Formats: sequence, structure tokens, C-alpha cells
Amino acid sequence: MRVMAQLAMVMNLDKCIGCHTCSVTCKQAWTNRAGTEYVWFNNVETRPGQGYPRRYEDQERWRGGWTLNKRGNLELRTGGRVKRLLGIFASPVQPELADYYEPWTYDYRMLTEAPLGDDFPVARPKSLITGEDTKVTWSANWDDNLGGTSELGHLDPVVEKVQRESEDKIRFEFERTFMFYLPRICEHCLNPSCMASCPSGAIYKRSEDGIVLVDQDRCRGWRQCVTGCPYKKIYFNHRSGKAEKCTFCYPRVEVGLPTVCAETCVGRLRYLGLFLYDADAVTAAASTPDPQDLYEAQLDLMLDPSDPAVAAAAKAGGIPDDWIDAARRSPVYALAKTYRIALPLHPEYRTMPMVWYVPPLSPVVDLLAEQGHDAEDRATLFGAIDALRIPVEYLAELFTAGRTSTVTEVLRKLAAMRAYMRDVTLGRDGDPSIPASVGLTEESLYELYRLLAIAKYDERYVIPTAHAEQAHDLEEIGCALDVDDGPGMYESGPFGEASGRPVPVAVETFQALKQRQTTDAAPGGDLSGRVNLLNWDGSGRPDGLFPPKRDGAS
Amino acid sequence: MNTVLWGVLPYVMVVVLVAGSIWRYRYDKFGWTTRSSQLYESRLLRIGSPLFHFGILVVIIGHIGGLVIPESWTEAVGVSEGIYHVNALVFGGLAGACTLAGIAILIYRRRRTGPVFMATTRNDKAMYVVLVGAIALGLWTTLVSVGAGHEAHNYRESVSPWFRSLFMLQPDIDSMAAAPVQFHIHTLVGMLLFAIWPFTRLVHAFTAPVHYLFRPYIVYRSRDAGQRPTAGPRRRGWDPVGSPDRDR
Repeated sequence: MRVMAQLAMVMNLDKCIGCHTCSVTCKQAWTNRAGTEYVWFNNVETRPGQGYPRRYEDQERWRGGWTLNKRGNLELRTGGRVKRLLGIFASPVQPELADYYEPWTYDYRMLTEAPLGDDFPVARPKSLITGEDTKVTWSANWDDNLGGTSELGHLDPVVEKVQRESEDKIRFEFERTFMFYLPRICEHCLNPSCMASCPSGAIYKRSEDGIVLVDQDRCRGWRQCVTGCPYKKIYFNHRSGKAEKCTFCYPRVEVGLPTVCAETCVGRLRYLGLFLYDADAVTAAASTPDPQDLYEAQLDLMLDPSDPAVAAAAKAGGIPDDWIDAARRSPVYALAKTYRIALPLHPEYRTMPMVWYVPPLSPVVDLLAEQGHDAEDRATLFGAIDALRIPVEYLAELFTAGRTSTVTEVLRKLAAMRAYMRDVTLGRDGDPSIPASVGLTEESLYELYRLLAIAKYDERYVIPTAHAEQAHDLEEIGCALDVDDGPGMYESGPFGEASGRPVPVAVETFQALKQRQTTDAAPGGDLSGRVNLLNWDGSGRPDGLFPPKRDGAS
Repeated sequence: MNTVLWGVLPYVMVVVLVAGSIWRYRYDKFGWTTRSSQLYESRLLRIGSPLFHFGILVVIIGHIGGLVIPESWTEAVGVSEGIYHVNALVFGGLAGACTLAGIAILIYRRRRTGPVFMATTRNDKAMYVVLVGAIALGLWTTLVSVGAGHEAHNYRESVSPWFRSLFMLQPDIDSMAAAPVQFHIHTLVGMLLFAIWPFTRLVHAFTAPVHYLFRPYIVYRSRDAGQRPTAGPRRRGWDPVGSPDRDR
């Protein structure tokens, strides 16, 4: 057993309102650059929908991920090493810009500089690729909120599959369909196929926290990883000629801050925490013959950090004590393994993805509520979960390679929580038969409710910092004055405060930023006895509002 | 004159090639890429690029065979000069034609596809001139030999001994000087190509990923390994959004 730590994320899809704040803040932070205009490390898809890039889940076409070969061994879907090297001169199945969209801006200058005339000046769309006039025909969210789905809904590969396998048709009439949002980032897989596809060996998994990164100095732009990743979460920067991907905001998580997408999530639906897993067992688990068993195999990889044997092995493997402790408190472990309500996205790609999803009960609840039923009654909910086959089958195609019983179990747990907590909220005694019907105790159901509904910042994000004795490796040799509050700090780059060159990715700056962002109180003694007047509500006299009184003597 | 061309220039070329590559590798790893434009256009690339690349690989093997292996060796295993030259003409001509056709498709694509042309730098254009020149002149020498039939110049008695003598640091200038002029021009353009090699996108050939065949699929690397980015001037890859290619 070789225990390794993996930072992972869980998203509770019931809480996603599809506001795209995560996508926008991520874009502002990471891909607001030339060459990455079309790159969305984080995007939010409306399902049913084609996703981004279009129909990326159709692996018959895009050939991402792994398959089992005739001997039952794992093999990249694009073939063996020699075959792949021979195809290097023109990547056989790389999506083109048209499969994403042609990024554009508007000719805003026309609005202010057009000569006086009878017509209103118009800001015409200009392509960011060619600079010429362009016609906007697609974007990363063209089918947002089921826009155009009555026409194009059948193009969703998951819809195609469900329709092939069930006699019912998925209805896209506005009143009869279902809908939910699926935010996606890089899955930071345990068995990443992008990494296996990279001819240069530039993509690597950090042995400390499992974050998958592209070494920009070693990437040669062979773009095999774009094909290799079944989630199409590796993008080709067409200016620099290098592959880029979600970094799990590693400069932030190294100092204990959540990723930008998690930090700015309006619905607070993202959870960050550690898994301890057995790295030696990954390949065997990914080679499980039946794709529907892959979820269980993946779950079996996750080790119980409370188990003394696991903790001892982790310690022997060089994982620090505070990381093991963080793994014990990990909300991600609780949701995925303890309560078994978080599921991996498309386990059938055999990459062992490490971003997990709590499937949404809302399609069921919404339908019940619309039809005038009591959407918080256990019997009604359970009946509906069994009766509404289409949403359940759709979710199963996304999260369990089609095994509906797993999804039904999760939805029943969520339904039970809903029904049980309604009684408690209304001041009635909780009905102990409800948690019992889904195999939970009253206490654990309440704990689950707490975790899903009211978990605070430090419960949702349990991120151990990169280790103190390694800190000198994280810091940079930069100008000492460039750090927070130093004179260099106020130098401003083209993207606003702290952008551009001067402020290095270093522990000091991030600790200060974290202090600013996470503290409830006005910064008092920490900042060398000063008070931030912007945070002062005018009441009282915080310490440090005035300079210290001088003693008469001195 | 001959001393400068065939005794000095080759060594200058080697120094520029080696020193330039080391310099480029140390100071511009970020720029060391194929700068693929497949994202913009894929249909023509998928015909032209393999045609060109596989063609040029055969051409390189042919050059090594012709230049490095002495004539006496091939004769020792019973390959007469006639057989050798027919072989060289057929395979060399075929590979050269493929290469030329491939690069013609690629250049057509580069010129006629808007975004691809936009992403073409001056450096690229200069490199294409030299590259196409070297390939076309190489084919020319081959065709001239075809036309001449049996009176063809046997470069394995002139160019090849000179090439091998370069490595002995005793350049055999006279035998090279005796070769026909088209061989001279082809060699000069070839040397120019190698001299500009490290400063163009051609460097990607030096990092041909052969080690992919042997490395493990999953790469673990510690956070500590490798140097951290430094707070130098703003690095490339972080240019503001726009289409500044037009202003180039």
C-alpha cells in the first residue's frame, strides 16, 4: 500500500443556480490572456445540453480516456504508444476552434467615434482570432438554461444514449423537461489520460496533493493531451503553442485558501478537502471490467484516514500529521465515502476523476411541486424517484455509467433528509423511520444536513497548507518591497490591482490576502496596530484607531 | 574562396547550431514548441503535415546513408554504383517529392487560412524560404543526376568524403570543390538552414518525443522539484486579450 494525498472537490448540484460566477472569476484570474480567449478552466453547463466543447462526451468521435483492450489491460482510446507517436504530425482527432467557438469582442470605439448621422452607431462583433468582422453563432454557453434545446437537445450525447436504451422519449417541451446545471473543472484524475497521452512528459501529478499540472517549459505543443482528456479540460493556447489547464488554483491552496471558483461560489456548493488513497491500486481499479463497477472500485481506493493502519502507512509515506488530520476532517471524504452521496463524473472513462458531484434532487422536486404534490413528503418523493425514470437514467449516465440503482440510492438519501428535516424545522419530532429507510441514523442524517445546508467556510474547505518546513521552496526571491503593503505593491498591472509583474506568488502575500478575505473583524493588532477605516462601522473605538498614548514620562 | 566555403563555413555553422541550441534551451524553454496551428485549420494540415514530415524523415535517412557510409562499404556487400544510384534516385526522388508536395500544401494553407497566416511571424516566413530552398535544390540535384544518366556526377566520391573529413577536422576541400555547382548551392543553403535552426520553430525537431515509448504513463513529481517562477519582467503568455497579431 502506497498512501498518497489528493486534494479533491465535491459539488452539490442541487445548490447550483447557474450564475456562472465561478466561470467568470476563474477566467478573470487565469485565462484573461491572449491565446486563451476561448479557454474556460471552469465552465457551467446546462444539462441536458451539449456541453463545452460541443458534444465532448461523444468518445466515439473524440476518443478521449481509456478503454480495456482484448487482454483486459488499460489502453488509451487512441491506441498504443507507437501508433500515437506515428500520428503526432497531425493530431487525428483534435477539436478545432469551431468546436469551441470563435472568441469575439465588439468594436466599441464605433459607439463614441461614429460621425453624426441618422442611424444609430452599432458596435459590430469582431473576431479575436482574425480581427475581422464576425458573426456570433456559438459560444461556451449557447444552450444555457435550455436555450434552443427544443431544436438541439437531441445532440446531447447523454440524451442520445438514454433514448437509445429506453423506450420513452425525452421530452424537450418547455413544460415537460427537466434541467440542472453542471459546473465543470479539471478532474485532477488519479489515472489521467491526458498525462498518459503527453509525448513530452510535461503533464505531471504533484506527489504532495495530486494536483495535475502542465510544465509550461517542457510542453512542446504536440497537443495529444487535448485528445487524451475525455472531459476536454486541456486547452491549447494558440498564442504560446502550449497546453493549459485548470491548476486547482495551486498558489491559493498551498496557503490554505480555497480555489477561486469555490471561494466565489454564490450557492456555496463546492467542498474542498483531502482524500488518502492507495496509489498502487489505481491501475487495477481503473481496469475493472464492468464500467458500472468503476464507481465502487474508485470508492474502494479511498482509504479511511481514521484507520490507524492507514494513518501509519500515510506517515510512513511522508504525509505530514496535519495533512492526515485534515483528511480526517475532510468534507469530501464524508460526502463521497461516509455518506456515499457524491459520485464521480463519467467513471466509465476510467480516469478516476477527483471532482465529485452530489446529483440533484431538484428535477424530481420541481416536477412534483409543479404537479401540486407535496414535494417534501417522503412517500411522494420516493415514489417519484422510482417513477420518474428519465431524470434518473440521465443522471446515471453521467455519474455511474448507467447504473440507476446507485443514483436512486443517493436521491433517496437526499429525499429522506428533506422529509426528515421538514419535521424538525416545523418543531415536530423527527420520524426515525425516515433515516432508517435509507440506512442512516437520525444523528448521521442530521450531520449530513448540516454539512450540505449550513457548513461554514472552514467546514466546507478543509485545506492543509503546504508544509512549513517546505515553505522556503514556495517563496520566491523577489524584491522585499514588492510584497503586500510594500511600496511596490501599488504598482498596478493591466488587469487591476496585483496583476501583472510585481507581486510574487509567495506565502506572505497570500497569508495577508487570506487575512483580508476571511476575517470577520476589522483587522486590528495583526497589521501592526493599524485600523482599516473602510471596515470600521463607526461604533466604538477599535484598538489602534489612534496612535498609542504617550506616557507622561517618555 | 573554397577554403572559406568548405573549410571554415561548416565549422561556423556547427558552432552556431550547437551554441544557439544551448542558448535557446536555457533561455527560451517557453518558446520551444511546435506552435501548432491545428486549432485554426485541420483538414489541409492532416494531409500536408504527415506528407512533409514522413518525407523529410526519409530524406534525412537518405542523406545519412549517402554521406556517412563510404562507397567502398556498399560495394563490399555487393551493391554496385548503378544499383545504388537507381535506389537513391527512386527513394530519394519519391521522398523529396512528398516533402515538397507536403510543404506546398502547408504553405498554401498558411497563406490562405486567415488565422494561420495571422499567426505566422517574420521569422517563420524567412525560415520557410530557406527550408523550401534547401528541399527544392536538393530535388534539383537529384533530377540533374537523372537527366545525366550514366555520366552523372558521383557525389559519393566528392561530397561524401568531404562530409566525413569534416568530422576528422581535416576538411577535404579539394574533393568538395570538384563537385558540380548545384551540389555547392544545395550544401550552402543546407548549412544556412542548420545555422538558423536554433532560432526558429524548427527546434521542435530536437525534442522529438522518442522517450514517450519508454516512460511510465503516470508522472508524479514533487512540488519541490523544478524551479519556481521568478518575479522577473512580465512573462510571455500573459499578453492582454485582443488580436495584436494584426499589428505585427
